Amino acid sequence: MNEVFVGLPKRMVKISVDGTDVQVPEGTTILEACRRLQIDTPTLCQLETLTPVNVCRVCVVEVEGSRVLVPACSRKVEPEMKVLTDSERVRHSRRLVLELLASSVDMALCAQQVHGWMARYGAKPERFGAAATVAQPVKIDNDLYVRDYSRCILCYKCVEACGVDAQNTFAIGVAGRGFDAHISTEFTVELPDSACVYCGNCIGVCPTGALMFKSEYDMRQAGTWDESQQKVTETVCPYCGVGCMLELHVQDNSIVKVTSPLDHSVTAGHLCVKGRFGFQFVQQRSRETKG
Amino acid sequence: MFGAGGGTSSYREAEETDLIILWGSNARETHPIFFHHLLRGVRNGARLIAVDPRRTGSGEWADLWLGLDVGSDISLANAMAREIIHEGLANQEFIGRATSGYEDYARCVEAYPLERAERETGVPGEAIKEVAHAYGRADRGMICWTLGITEHHNATDNVLALINLALLTGKVGRYGCGLNPLRGQNNVQGGGDMGAIPARLPGFQDLQDPAIHQKFSSAWGGAKFPDKKGYHLSEMFEAMEHGELKSAYIVGENPARSEADQTRAVRLLSGLDHLVVQDIFLTQTAELAHIVLPAAAGWAESEGTVTNSERRVQRVRRALQPPAGARDDIEIISELARRLGSDWGRPSAEAVWDECRSLSPMHAGMAYRRLDELGGIQWPCYDEDHPGTLFLHERLWQDPVEGPRAPFHAVEHDPPVDQLTEEFPIRLTTGRRLDSFNTGVQTGGYTSPLRTREALLISPADGASLGVLDGERVRASSRRGSVEVPVRFDASLRPGLAFMTLHFPDQVSTNILTIDATDPKSGTAEFKASAIRIDKLVTAGA
Amino acid sequence: MDIRTTGGPPTADEIAAVDGILGSPESIWEGGGRSTQDDHLARGGHAARSQRPLLLPVLHAIQDRMGWVSRGALEYACRRLSIPPAEAYGVVSFYGRFALDERPELALHVCDDIACKGAGADDLCSALEKAFGPSGKTWHRSACLGLCDRSPAALVERAGVPEEREEHQVAPITLEAAQAILRGGRPEDQPRPQVVQRGTVRLLRRVGVVDPESIDSYRKAGGYAALRRALELGSEGVIREVTEAKLLGRGGAAFPTGRKWDAVAKATVRPHYLVCNADESEPGTFKDRVLMEADPFAVVEAMTIAAIATGCEQGYLYVRGEYPLARERIEHAIGEARAHGFLGADIEGAGTRFDIEVRRGAGAYICGEETALFNSIEGKRGEPRNKPPFPVQAGLFGKPTLVNNVETLVNVLDILGEGGAAFASIGTADSTGTRLFCVSGQVRVPGLYEVPMGTTLRALIELAGGLREDRTLRAVLLGGAAGSFVTESQLDVPLSFEGTRAIGATLGSGAVIVLDDTADLEQVLLRIARFFRDESCGQCVPCRVGTVRQEEALKRILSQRETSLREADVALLSDIAQAMRDASICGLGQTAASAIGSAVIQLKLVGP
Ligand SMILES: Cc1cc2nc3c(=O)[nH]c(=O)nc-3n(C[C@H](O)[C@H](O)[C@H](O)COP(=O)(O)O)c2cc1C
Ligand code: SF4
Ligand code: SF4
Ligand code: SF4
Ligand code: FES
Ligand code: FES
Repeated sequence: MNEVFVGLPKRMVKISVDGTDVQVPEGTTILEACRRLQIDTPTLCQLETLTPVNVCRVCVVEVEGSRVLVPACSRKVEPEMKVLTDSERVRHSRRLVLELLASSVDMALCAQQVHGWMARYGAKPERFGAAATVAQPVKIDNDLYVRDYSRCILCYKCVEACGVDAQNTFAIGVAGRGFDAHISTEFTVELPDSACVYCGNCIGVCPTGALMFKSEYDMRQAGTWDESQQKVTETVCPYCGVGCMLELHVQDNSIVKVTSPLDHSVTAGHLCVKGRFGFQFVQQRSRETKG
Repeated sequence: MFGAGGGTSSYREAEETDLIILWGSNARETHPIFFHHLLRGVRNGARLIAVDPRRTGSGEWADLWLGLDVGSDISLANAMAREIIHEGLANQEFIGRATSGYEDYARCVEAYPLERAERETGVPGEAIKEVAHAYGRADRGMICWTLGITEHHNATDNVLALINLALLTGKVGRYGCGLNPLRGQNNVQGGGDMGAIPARLPGFQDLQDPAIHQKFSSAWGGAKFPDKKGYHLSEMFEAMEHGELKSAYIVGENPARSEADQTRAVRLLSGLDHLVVQDIFLTQTAELAHIVLPAAAGWAESEGTVTNSERRVQRVRRALQPPAGARDDIEIISELARRLGSDWGRPSAEAVWDECRSLSPMHAGMAYRRLDELGGIQWPCYDEDHPGTLFLHERLWQDPVEGPRAPFHAVEHDPPVDQLTEEFPIRLTTGRRLDSFNTGVQTGGYTSPLRTREALLISPADGASLGVLDGERVRASSRRGSVEVPVRFDASLRPGLAFMTLHFPDQVSTNILTIDATDPKSGTAEFKASAIRIDKLVTAGA
Repeated sequence: MDIRTTGGPPTADEIAAVDGILGSPESIWEGGGRSTQDDHLARGGHAARSQRPLLLPVLHAIQDRMGWVSRGALEYACRRLSIPPAEAYGVVSFYGRFALDERPELALHVCDDIACKGAGADDLCSALEKAFGPSGKTWHRSACLGLCDRSPAALVERAGVPEEREEHQVAPITLEAAQAILRGGRPEDQPRPQVVQRGTVRLLRRVGVVDPESIDSYRKAGGYAALRRALELGSEGVIREVTEAKLLGRGGAAFPTGRKWDAVAKATVRPHYLVCNADESEPGTFKDRVLMEADPFAVVEAMTIAAIATGCEQGYLYVRGEYPLARERIEHAIGEARAHGFLGADIEGAGTRFDIEVRRGAGAYICGEETALFNSIEGKRGEPRNKPPFPVQAGLFGKPTLVNNVETLVNVLDILGEGGAAFASIGTADSTGTRLFCVSGQVRVPGLYEVPMGTTLRALIELAGGLREDRTLRAVLLGGAAGSFVTESQLDVPLSFEGTRAIGATLGSGAVIVLDDTADLEQVLLRIARFFRDESCGQCVPCRVGTVRQEEALKRILSQRETSLREADVALLSDIAQAMRDASICGLGQTAASAIGSAVIQLKLVGP
């Protein structure tokens, strides 16, 4: 192995979390420290491969000396920091964040984990009564993926993946302000008129099912989508020589969607349109002439 | 490069370098995920230089785009070298310790002052100078290239010209530096690794070295196999032409469509005594075959390994059952061996790989278990404690250098074979698009919203002088043939330059226009430079 | 950057507007025509992308010229500045002043915020609605325009070429005047701001006295003595005086100014930036406007001193978009100061370099929040950043940045004039100096008043002439929409940071909105709720959704008969309030419930 200078070894910082002392490397976030202590911390807008935007506020914790709660996902540890992850204030804010979101957004397709947090914090979104929501028709404007923004919690992940954190295409951004803030192409044009290159990296990071493979959407509509019948196999993309890792989701010997592992050094979860959507040929083979 | 053929650097080095020269590569579209790494470098402050006749999506990201004339890369590289030497930016210490042939090289590039390069490349001398100085001064710098460098009649010289620049400034063998050919297809690198090069055995071992030949022969129970260098692809076609090559077994290639000068390729393949084609599709080539062996798709229907452009060996796995009748490549080959009288049994992919590891030292440490754990391993990896190799040629920085010195190669500018004349005044260059792949056999399987019909892209100014409208069908002709194709105006093309892809042979057989002038050393054809003329179609009755 | 534009070409006028800021494009790659030099060379990359901070000035130019921002115009701007259109769209759609649908050249913005409501704004708006249709076409309801001393207020904008373009504040506005304007009449120029206060004023001493357009007049009144003093004292000396003066920031957060200056001066990362926060959009606040309109040189001089003390060579003054006169005066003053060697490469021959660029807000209250303001200058959506890092560590363009409010800065002139210790002897021990209060609403003489810190609220209201005859006090909204209500029984609260804190209130921006028994408190509360719903940047969940749920719950409380349901909604309000206060990113969300909470929950001004 080559010698690579990777900087000075990190200093260790001592903090206390819920009364337990823990040593973590300098520069660690409170969230990472919590995970080390196996404290389950809810997160929605955080992803290891993306720059923290700390907007959902579901991960907030109490830090001694701080007037307000702080987001665990982006706040770095400081020596002697005292963190509370389960105080009344923390539980209250986490509950409210989940309630406020669920009262305005359809969160049914969020991961099971999210529903677990709702239960844990006793979130009752219905207590807001008849409340404004972001409900709207599904956008279907191409054959590869659909956008159902009535499921969008505005976590900014897709914008980051489409932008500086990976794809740098900037086909979508956050537009509008306040409750009207929403994910949009320029002047809300349809995707084929936008800069979108269909890499699907936005789909890869979306935690709510707002962005979905058309294949998955169609199967769900038809009632044939069945994750319990799906097997995920890791392989390498057949196009170009970069060597992107694919996770093929297969149901009934047919690829129903493609993802990529977040923790792989080549892709960090990201693909291009060929790797993401170019799989169909393999299952369309017949004896007719090709090429 | 010098020794085993592979990119010297890792992708992650592109994130931590100071300067990247993307030479003859539209990585934004052809290697999008490598481009992610590159962009991270740009975001971290690296400067990006794009050298390409077209200002592509990659070029749009560059701090400086040098729009050289097609096929003038060596002139540009040599002029940069001369500037670097004159400015005192050559790394004399490195040159003296780790390289050979510098004097000849320096003499050669001395003949490339900026004025000459400007004349031959079209690029303003000042800009050449600026890039030369930037590369010379950067602490870390990488050069990456793709087919813009290699699809030329003098491909090997083009590559050598770039290697020279790295040697001249000591930009190889260090973190964040290097020379990186981005492989156009999945596992081009792996094919090379496994000996699919005329004179090599797996692990780039020399077929003609008796000791090595002996090693393989005894591992294979004393099997006899040739010790002569074989043909590369274009030599095979030449051999067909001369009647020396009468039968062929083609696995996973579609030369009837992908070869330059397609008319000739089809004629030669049809004239073979015996043609076996093993493919996942019934391709054009397969249609010419006497026997077709339907195969499983390597990436989704079988087990094995591939190697990427940073020398990372990665596992592919079976996710789907192949369609009825299609069989795994290993199975087909073993079956073939049995019919030919040698029973290998039914080895698993892992067993085949383990055999390879036992014979190829650079792959020796890459057990499946480790490939799984580490997400692939970059060769060389000599034993099971070896973590793999982030970048190559670190030895060049040892004092004294162990092993052979890295040679400079004096190479000269040699313009494209297909010359521009009054009759054929427009330079046609070819390339690829983001959403499609090669002849489009596979990517044709999905409906990409990005896909537009094949067209001949020309500058609006050329359109005006030809009197054609955007979208109008025209006849494009080269010295070899002609096709009808709609034109599309592309304001990013300069007058005199036209562009087409090879993705849609059903719509337009671009390769009827391309020339099969081929690099004698590597066997690649000059897809990047044909001379064409464009004629307005005479409408019936007009 | 590989930018894709599919919206069609810009018009000649749109090109002219953009090129007016950027000059003509140099190559085909930036949106110009092709020349032979484009055949083999293009420059782009880092240099092209670094033009991002020009986005807002370019958008203003388009809006000023066309009255709206079309897709073609935006995409042309994107080509010129190397900005992806979807990003630029996100920016345009963030700011209230930029219209994305074609609309007439004329736009009349009518304030219907708290003070103007009390002065008949709602009747005015209903009348306009009847005559000209609903708000949003030719006339537009607006939040506070910072003219509450002359309610009801309006702002007229007429798009066009620079010579014909107009922007006028009209206050007070009458129905007749509004109708005349909407029928094409040209409003008269407004009167200068006046200070009606008698007695000792310090910060306001030159207001109405000096000619705001004459540097000589300013110098005759003692101007630029403080700068000379600062050059003598040097950085450390100036910071020592400011620290000794115990000056606390007047922008709302009351942070010790000396500490901030010291931190920026000592920051090792270079360059340092100075930002003067003149975004003043807190409803009921107009003090910074008066200073800029009437004493602009003082603001420029104070910024120069701050820059010298903290090692900044570039300063920005971010002025609220709805303050055309203030902007004009400040820009004029900067030009004069430059011409007289008070700004530029070599200030007063002392070898110090400093210059100021004026940046115009575009209708977003949140851009007063310092980190949102940085993003806005950088050409982005005005979304606040999470802190830490604080501006003194990583602010504008990620560099150490000093950001101060206009009033805070102007105080420094006196601090240098009389010394920090003398300054500290005014006011209370912990709140030194005087404070500007924007008294509006139902008092006899609304206006800007300057009193020593610690003066009681009762005395301040007296100073403004007290309530009108036969009226009784209902409540005072102290600190603007982000502040809280106090009642009759609390009128003796000393107006100091510690005094207001003791009763759970805040001085905030210095807004004092007086509501008497004729005020419709319910409407006021609904207006406040709407304000926060409209002005939330939308980034974080507690504020984005919380402000909406707060408005919904408030509406229910105000319309519901059944006590138990009202009580449930009051409890809900309190739950939302706590999460907004605890978990929001910035001060907007953190205070969005305080006024409503103080009215409904603490003071029981309305509700169960
Ligand atoms: C929503 C919001 C709006 C603000 N608006 C202003 C403003 O218009 N002017 C201002 O000076 N400070 C405003 N601030 C306070 C600034 O963030 C910052 O604290 C201030 O400019 C610092 O200057 P100072 O120390 O001189 O007070 C606002 C804060 C928030 C949270
Ligand atoms: S598919 Fe790719 S380019 Fe398109 S919006 Fe998603 S991330 Fe952006
Ligand atoms: S679409 Fe998905 S990823 Fe994007 S902001 Fe909404 S929830 Fe997040
Ligand atoms: S509190 Fe409100 S204004 Fe502040 S960052 Fe959050 S959403 Fe934006
Ligand atoms: S996960 Fe921390 S704020 Fe969203
Ligand atoms: S100007 Fe109308 S309330 Fe301030």
